[in-house]
Amino acid sequence: MDFFKIIDQLSEVDADVLGRFNSRRAVFGSLGTAAKRSALAATPLFLGALFQKAYAGTAATGVEVLQYALALELFEQDFYAKVKASSPYANASAADKAAIDQIKKHEDSHVTLLRGAISGLGATPVTGVTFKAAVFAGLTTFKTGAAATSQLGIAQLLEDTGVRAYKGRAGELLGTDLLTVALQIHSVEARHAAKIRDMRGQRAWVNPADDLAAHPVYTSGVTTGSTPAAFGLVVPPYTAPSPVENNTTQSNVDIKAGLGATYTASDAAAAFDEYLQVAEVLDNSRAGGLIGA
Amino acid sequence: MSDNLQPRGSDDTSFAQPLYTPIKRRSFFMYAGATAGASALVLAGCSKDSNNATPSLPAGNSVTSSGAISLGSGDVGVLNFAYALEQLEADFYSKVAALPSGILTGSEYTYFQEVAKHEAIHRDFFKAALTRDASGQVLRGLNPKYPAATFTDRTNILATAKAFEDLGVAAYNGAGKLIKTPAYLVIAGQIVSVEARHAAYIRELVTPGSFAADDIVNATSGLDDQKSPTDVIAIAQNFITEKLDASTVGK
Repeated sequence: MDFFKIIDQLSEVDADVLGRFNSRRAVFGSLGTAAKRSALAATPLFLGALFQKAYAGTAATGVEVLQYALALELFEQDFYAKVKASSPYANASAADKAAIDQIKKHEDSHVTLLRGAISGLGATPVTGVTFKAAVFAGLTTFKTGAAATSQLGIAQLLEDTGVRAYKGRAGELLGTDLLTVALQIHSVEARHAAKIRDMRGQRAWVNPADDLAAHPVYTSGVTTGSTPAAFGLVVPPYTAPSPVENNTTQSNVDIKAGLGATYTASDAAAAFDEYLQVAEVLDNSRAGGLIGA
Repeated sequence: MSDNLQPRGSDDTSFAQPLYTPIKRRSFFMYAGATAGASALVLAGCSKDSNNATPSLPAGNSVTSSGAISLGSGDVGVLNFAYALEQLEADFYSKVAALPSGILTGSEYTYFQEVAKHEAIHRDFFKAALTRDASGQVLRGLNPKYPAATFTDRTNILATAKAFEDLGVAAYNGAGKLIKTPAYLVIAGQIVSVEARHAAYIRELVTPGSFAADDIVNATSGLDDQKSPTDVIAIAQNFITEKLDASTVGK
């Protein structure tokens, strides 16, 4: 664990982070020599105390949300690692490989960042979230053929699920700097989703004309049974289905006809992405069914 | 429907209270439903948002002492901030969508038509939301302005579109933590990911492979850009005739 890297990463996105500690100088001063620093920095209690002080008040649900985010990032990271090691990928174009590399790099960074933040809050980061090897073996093409058996088809489902998943928990981080970090990851996932869609010849935005539009990732509701206890994640109570992606009503307003101008259902749906709750994301019909050994 | 919303963190007293018209319980952002409905009428929980009763953005958008139009404070300020940006984006794409064929390729033109609709929807949505939740504090219609030759060739159109989309993503990412009402935050989240999709699509047209390049997504942290409202307006101001003041947004 690189404590200073974590601080640097946090300070990049949260300019005030150093001010939240006693002050940069105090932190460094109290650490003394480099040797002492690394010894102390490797101590979870020390880190936890620092971060709890820095983010007092946001730690309670913050850790749960971060663990959830880490689980999804680990899942994506493993998926892309498997893709890069596969034979279908070997035949992909250089441009497509470069895109996968860039996406994988971001997932790696997100894993590192989230792990550091979770450790800093005194919790143990989740581990071992992988993409099912047996399912992966059935992905026989890189991007051609049926979406359900192509690597990029699944990549699109994963990225769009990720976008929905982050949205589903933003409210728990209301008003915090952790929210900013979550939003900054969220929009990167959306960029990934757009690129994967583009590589597949789909529109970058979710719309009813997608070849995968009927997949449960774009609908809502728990359908085939969830795996709520997976990896010790805390699953918030599930009450009612989240809106489907082709929803054309936002905040009780009919986007098609309620805004003074008339818009098509396709445009009305595509203008807003929707969220998914944890139980829905972890349902076997969505990410839950793809997570495993 | 939307009343179902809200994962966790939604059942607190600050949830979804109509900002200025408590009577309109069914209005826009009343997602609360069963969880928070009972407390929705209480104009509480807005710890730092005490300006609710004394709107800082007067009807008619009179200017501040510096001659700028204030976007307002608290959540209304954030909504007006978003409304200003969406007005600019919507205007830009409406002009692109009205161009004669031949400047953009066929598929680009088709997709830009759709992006134009998305942005028009965002603009109209914020106007409707503000009109109901903050009547009398709705930012006026702005008059966008563009450098000469903005619409004359593909390169300039794409460069402008890329700049607007990346700025929009950074704006929502930066303003998110200023939002005090969970339902507004969810809406902002629903819109920002669409802006990020636009940004990635347009970046690919400008430079293939740049959908999330290191110039916009930090190569070390893997985080997208985020900017404060004042920083965003300072940039957007170059394209807006009226002078805007974002200094109180979210405060």
